[in-house]
Amino acid sequence: MSDPTHSLAVALDARLRSLSKHRIFWPLVVLALMLLFNLLTNARFFSVTVRDGHLYGSLIDVLNRAAPLMIVSMGLTLVIATKGIDISVGSVMAISGATTAMLIGGKYVMGRDDMTSHPLALCILAGVGIALLFGMWNGFLVAYVGLQPIIATLILLVAGRGVAQLITEGQIVTIYYRPYSFIGNGFLLGLPVSYYIVAALLTLFLLLTRKTALGLFIESIGVNPVAARFSGVRARLILFWVYAMTGVCAGVAGLIVASNVKSADGNNAGLDLELDAILAVVLGGTSLNGGRFTLAGSVLGALIIQTLTTTIYFTGVAPEVTLVVKAIVVFVVSILQSDRVRTLLAARGPAREAVR
Amino acid sequence: MDGSAPILEMRGIFKRYPGVQALSDVDFRLFGGEVHALMGQNGAGKSTLIKVVTGVARADAGQILLEGKEIDSDSPLAAQAVGISTVYQEVNLCPNLSVAENIFLGRDEAGTYKVRWKDMRQNAEQLLRGLNLDVDVTAPLAEYSIAIQQMAAIARSLSMQARILILDEPTSSLSEDEVSMLFSVLRRLKAQGMAILFVTHFLDQTFDISDRITVLRNGERVGEYPVAELSPQSLVAKMVGREIAEGEPSRSQSAETRALHAPAAARAAAQARGPLFLSAENLGRRGSVHGVSVEVRAGESVGMGGLLGSGRTETARLLFGIDRADEGSLKIDQATVRITSPVDAIQYGIGFCPEDRKVEGILGELSVRENVILALQAKRGVFHTLTRKRQQEIVDAFVLLLGIKVEDAEVPISTLSGGNQQKAILARWMATDPRMLILDEPTRGIDIAAKLEIMRQVMDLRDKGMAVLFISSEMDEVVKYSDRIVVMRDRRKVGEIDASQADEHAVFEMIAGGES
Repeated sequence: MSDPTHSLAVALDARLRSLSKHRIFWPLVVLALMLLFNLLTNARFFSVTVRDGHLYGSLIDVLNRAAPLMIVSMGLTLVIATKGIDISVGSVMAISGATTAMLIGGKYVMGRDDMTSHPLALCILAGVGIALLFGMWNGFLVAYVGLQPIIATLILLVAGRGVAQLITEGQIVTIYYRPYSFIGNGFLLGLPVSYYIVAALLTLFLLLTRKTALGLFIESIGVNPVAARFSGVRARLILFWVYAMTGVCAGVAGLIVASNVKSADGNNAGLDLELDAILAVVLGGTSLNGGRFTLAGSVLGALIIQTLTTTIYFTGVAPEVTLVVKAIVVFVVSILQSDRVRTLLAARGPAREAVR
Repeated sequence: MDGSAPILEMRGIFKRYPGVQALSDVDFRLFGGEVHALMGQNGAGKSTLIKVVTGVARADAGQILLEGKEIDSDSPLAAQAVGISTVYQEVNLCPNLSVAENIFLGRDEAGTYKVRWKDMRQNAEQLLRGLNLDVDVTAPLAEYSIAIQQMAAIARSLSMQARILILDEPTSSLSEDEVSMLFSVLRRLKAQGMAILFVTHFLDQTFDISDRITVLRNGERVGEYPVAELSPQSLVAKMVGREIAEGEPSRSQSAETRALHAPAAARAAAQARGPLFLSAENLGRRGSVHGVSVEVRAGESVGMGGLLGSGRTETARLLFGIDRADEGSLKIDQATVRITSPVDAIQYGIGFCPEDRKVEGILGELSVRENVILALQAKRGVFHTLTRKRQQEIVDAFVLLLGIKVEDAEVPISTLSGGNQQKAILARWMATDPRMLILDEPTRGIDIAAKLEIMRQVMDLRDKGMAVLFISSEMDEVVKYSDRIVVMRDRRKVGEIDASQADEHAVFEMIAGGES
């Protein structure tokens, strides 16, 4: 029994089991499996080339396309950690994109791509600012009026599309102003600009939640709002700002999308993105029951969703089957994240040893 | 009444739950045409007995006889079928269905395949008129007050030809008018021969409506008494388990209490108490307590005596800002203040260990460390973060001081035993360095060692100058750990006793409404 290979295997087993308890372990495994699948079926997925000093390739693309989802998932992670939900993020994205597009001005002048009605900084600030206001509206309804989060944000999910269309006067506004497309399509030091935005926001959120007591307060509200309140946590104020911050995230994501497609479409920008974002958070290991949350997990979850979409596209699966394949992968990851399955898996380990 | 046979008889009922013998060898008799009150403190076994009768729980041993025939009701449905019907404290009907639908829901009168709306409505109206109630039976139940909802529940029982009606704390959320309306209905039903079993915490109501009283204590039957033969004082004494002769305190009892209390008395004599910390004057809230005046000095422990539902917890909630007072005034350090949230109370240096540890105290999924530092961190605000090292130091210190049994402060607090959870909550408040601690049943449901340790720490803090407001159903604890006792009854303060001069007997007397 004491041969070295066996004790190594036991040590490895124990190590693996403690690792597998970590929330982002399973999402990482799934992502790795997906990449492995791509490596085996089409290595083209991994080819990264340098063009004009910029990096190009599917990998770079996946990350770039996932950026808006990643950003929205970060905000939503905090909302879900309070045992809430925000389904209005897609609509808020449309509103912020529309606001910025209208301020830049959609007039086309032959041969000119440097025309803007207002300074770019102001346009961007206005887009993010209006998203903040709508986030605060959600926060007000949930924290102070006491509406159920899904109902409170459902209002904006529906009304937000209308607001976006009012702003764009029912048109799809094309953005001709070239500097603006830098946000969604530009490169900085060889990497897409969106990477920097994601990195900056993730850092900011990590600092806010882990270096201040905000993370603890959010988790305490999600676990037991009554006990949190009795302990002196300003639950309402924190809820309010969590929804407000999620609004800001949606706003930034909306600006990236608008820049990416060089237009603002009140009807379709960010459509159904709220569902992908909820999925990303859950895939990442944050429970819809509130409490413990992981921002890195949610970002990973967003990455899984985008990688999956791109992989399916690359594999040449018929479009009508795409959603089914996606559903199966999501199902498997969700099962792995369920506490009951985890306890089952954990219980199997010692039992096996006993048989040995 | 005693000449006839009881309609319901329970013989030698035993029921055990993990870790507790809820009922042991309990006999109970209920006659037709009587209102029978079931009395006892929290944990005496009232709810378990009712669960056994109604088929919600199964007795481990014993017989239940209905009109002399043994029945075996193994489900609420089976109990209903033999004519035993229950109206619960929280009305368990469907609020968004109409009154008529609620009365006949799931029954043949409503029609098997096709709902006979008209019949249903007419029958419902007729039943409610029989209860002297004229309401629109097609309106949703939720539009009516709790009192009317209860009437609908009673009407439902009547429509099922119930012969035994069980009312579990029906009056706890009713106004005085509504109580008298309910009682007049009960009297009418009683006259028609209905057997009514009534559970309440309100003493005056018990004496108002019931014919006989069965008292339970610690899962055992103390006795069955005609109401005329019992005074409120002797009833309370039987509930709390101190047999005392009417009017005269039992010598041995009070001697024992005095001995128990000697250190506190000596202490009170030896040192003067500190300055006034908190004083509430005629504090109250609509639908809650009224006219509560309490003073707590630094270095003083004020006990709050009274039965469950007497307004003790409600007073604590007002003082801690969980509920807002809408009458009276509150002073801290002689200055008038308004406390409208726990945040306010904490800023004034008040801490609160709530009654229901699981629901209001612990944050189950969070670690012991996070549970302990939460209030201190909340007091400091979001941005004045305690470093991880500082948090660890705080937790380690309290684990050592209070003897919290936990190997690693990072495990979820829900994995700890009740006593250790309670110690962690005490640590949560001690970490904020409070000037006053409100303890609501801090020793309930925890082992004796943890109990003693917690109270030893609290007394130690008091001796160092902290103010303490101590609420407990255990009267001997209240007397033992208090310098002064405020007595509550029926949501009002009824008096105050100097604990160094008094014993449990005096407290019981005051609770029961006698002159002290």
